[in-house]
Amino acid sequence: MQDRRNEVSRDGSDRAFSVEFLDPGAGVVEVRLGGKLAFADAASLWTDLCTHLTPAISGDVRFDLSAIESIDGGAMALLVQVKWNLQTAGVRCEFVGGAGTVQTILDLYEGEAAPTPRPPHVPVGVFAMIGNQAAAGLREIQLGLAFIGSMVLAFAGVLRRPHSGNWHSVAPIMNRTGADAVPIVLLINFLVGFAMAFQAAVQLKQFGANIYVADLVGLSITRELGPLMTAIIVCGRSGAAFAAELGTMKVSEEIDALRTLGFGPLRFLVFPRMLALIFVMPVLTLLADLAGVTGGVLVGTINLDLTLTGYIQQTQRAVAAWDVFQGVVKSGVFGFAIALISCHQGLSAAGGAEGVGHRTTAAVVTSLLTIIIIDAGFTLLFFELHL
Amino acid sequence: MTALITVTDLTMGWSDHDLLERQSFEVNRGEVFAILGRSGCGKSTLLRYLTGLDEAKSGTVTIDGIGPPSLEAGRPAFGVMFQSGALFGSMTVGENLALALAEWTDLPPKAVAAIVRAKLRLVGLQGSEYKHPSELSGGMRKRAAIARALTLEPSLIFLDEPSAGLDPVSAAELDQLILTLNNALGLTVVLATHDLDSIFMIATRCILLDRETKSIIARGDPRSLRDGSVVPAVHQFFSRTTKDAK
Ligand SMILES: Nc1ncnc2c1ncn2[C@@H]1O[C@H](COP(=O)(O)OP(=O)(O)OP(=O)(O)O)[C@@H](O)[C@H]1O
Ligand SMILES: [Mg+2]
Repeated sequence: MQDRRNEVSRDGSDRAFSVEFLDPGAGVVEVRLGGKLAFADAASLWTDLCTHLTPAISGDVRFDLSAIESIDGGAMALLVQVKWNLQTAGVRCEFVGGAGTVQTILDLYEGEAAPTPRPPHVPVGVFAMIGNQAAAGLREIQLGLAFIGSMVLAFAGVLRRPHSGNWHSVAPIMNRTGADAVPIVLLINFLVGFAMAFQAAVQLKQFGANIYVADLVGLSITRELGPLMTAIIVCGRSGAAFAAELGTMKVSEEIDALRTLGFGPLRFLVFPRMLALIFVMPVLTLLADLAGVTGGVLVGTINLDLTLTGYIQQTQRAVAAWDVFQGVVKSGVFGFAIALISCHQGLSAAGGAEGVGHRTTAAVVTSLLTIIIIDAGFTLLFFELHL
Repeated sequence: MTALITVTDLTMGWSDHDLLERQSFEVNRGEVFAILGRSGCGKSTLLRYLTGLDEAKSGTVTIDGIGPPSLEAGRPAFGVMFQSGALFGSMTVGENLALALAEWTDLPPKAVAAIVRAKLRLVGLQGSEYKHPSELSGGMRKRAAIARALTLEPSLIFLDEPSAGLDPVSAAELDQLILTLNNALGLTVVLATHDLDSIFMIATRCILLDRETKSIIARGDPRSLRDGSVVPAVHQFFSRTTKDAK
């Protein structure tokens, strides 16, 4: 700082370097640089050079570096760029007088300073965009179907040679996706049952039909909300986890390494996850049904003056075994779909951490969408079959 | 000498650019074969094709007369070490090594453990079997990955930059290990590298890939290429000089 203040350049400003533009005749402009050219002063160096050395300059330009005491890489890069700009505009330029380290740094930086052409940005029209998106969507569906196909083959392979299945991973995965999810499944379904009963109670009280709260809660929990809420929870917990796990393995070449050791990722990684969810979802759903009905019981006994036995008997009358069973079957299918989609998304990850994030998001969104579609399909199916 | 790996008219690359166009070469049984080239020229990519992880756009790769190499079709015929190591992060080092042993052999757990320990000793990692890969240094991970590639006693092994990131002593020990395995067991080694010392020390033959011409610009014994080649790019590579150096 100190020597910078003391050294005042010939053009009167307060900086550590000097630039002089001389005209020694013979159609040559001489740019005499001196002092300490540091990156810190680069901005003013750049402005100086650019204002004096426009392409409209007449004659050749000679940069005299002999008076430079020191120069750093950043400052040199700017000099080289200025020279290159002039040259491309048709002005002949040269660096002269560089000695010692100045010349070394010049050699290091001198070269083609042409800006790299940006890859041409082809404007995409609205229709092209829609088309591209549709094509990408179709491609995803195609890949998804291909994945289901290979999964079927992998399943068949495991059935043919049971010992080739990765069975010992199933229990730990069931533990992570099932047992660990029990508290949150119980809590959420209890609250859903509770809230639903509360809302219904307000209406039913007006007609003195308090007892029908049991029917309403029992049926909607077992047929619809129990399986659905459970699937949503499992999708958010385990679906996201599957996609992130497999995605990370994919981008860090672990999947490739597995393949070179003779393990198919479908058989080794996807199969146990799928099996685990297919087993775990029905169990979680049964617990969800219990928790939901318990929520209803609480509202019924506290808020509607129903007796515990009365409520339970009414629930038994309203809810048939089939109602519970269809919810449980549905949940098994949900588990299958969540595992399939999440693992497929994980295995499709590419391009580092961002790719994994992208695929994890896609796994959750696609799973949720698929669950809702499957649910609607089941509802229609059972309705048509009068079940 | 008979050819173990035959590559015929291989064109390889990524979606947007080709790295090699219609190139052929052979790897003989029992040799240490080096794939050389400057960073980004496609050494790792070529290994993906040789090991069957990627399928060639055109051309064929056969190993032992069978091709393309099929993965996941039973006990693997060769070992592979990835440039990144690619150890399974969720397992301990020991489990990484034991995985394929448990799958493809009938050895009881104690015997598996013994082999795992022996392989780790081979690469100087004794006592690390209960560590997770994240608890190892970069060079240790590399060595663990080499040990993993050796667990099934393959007769062919692919190594992607085995000595990169190793200290000089470990690198020399690794060269020695490769030479010993090659001499004593007839192990065929295909390695991608740019470690010149190691190349001259262990490689019997090599190919030099070039990105500009998308071709193999030199092949043969690395020592004679170093001393005899007049092609500038080849000379630069082997004499470790830059373009402008005289
Ligand atoms: N997944 C990928 N997608 C697209 N291009 C890729 C991908 N992986 C590598 N490439 C490109 O392929 C080229 C060769 O890469 P490769 O990893 O084979 O080089 P390499 O010779 O092994 O280099 P190094 O010595 O640095 O390891 C590079 O230009 C790289 O940009
Ligand atoms: Mg590489």
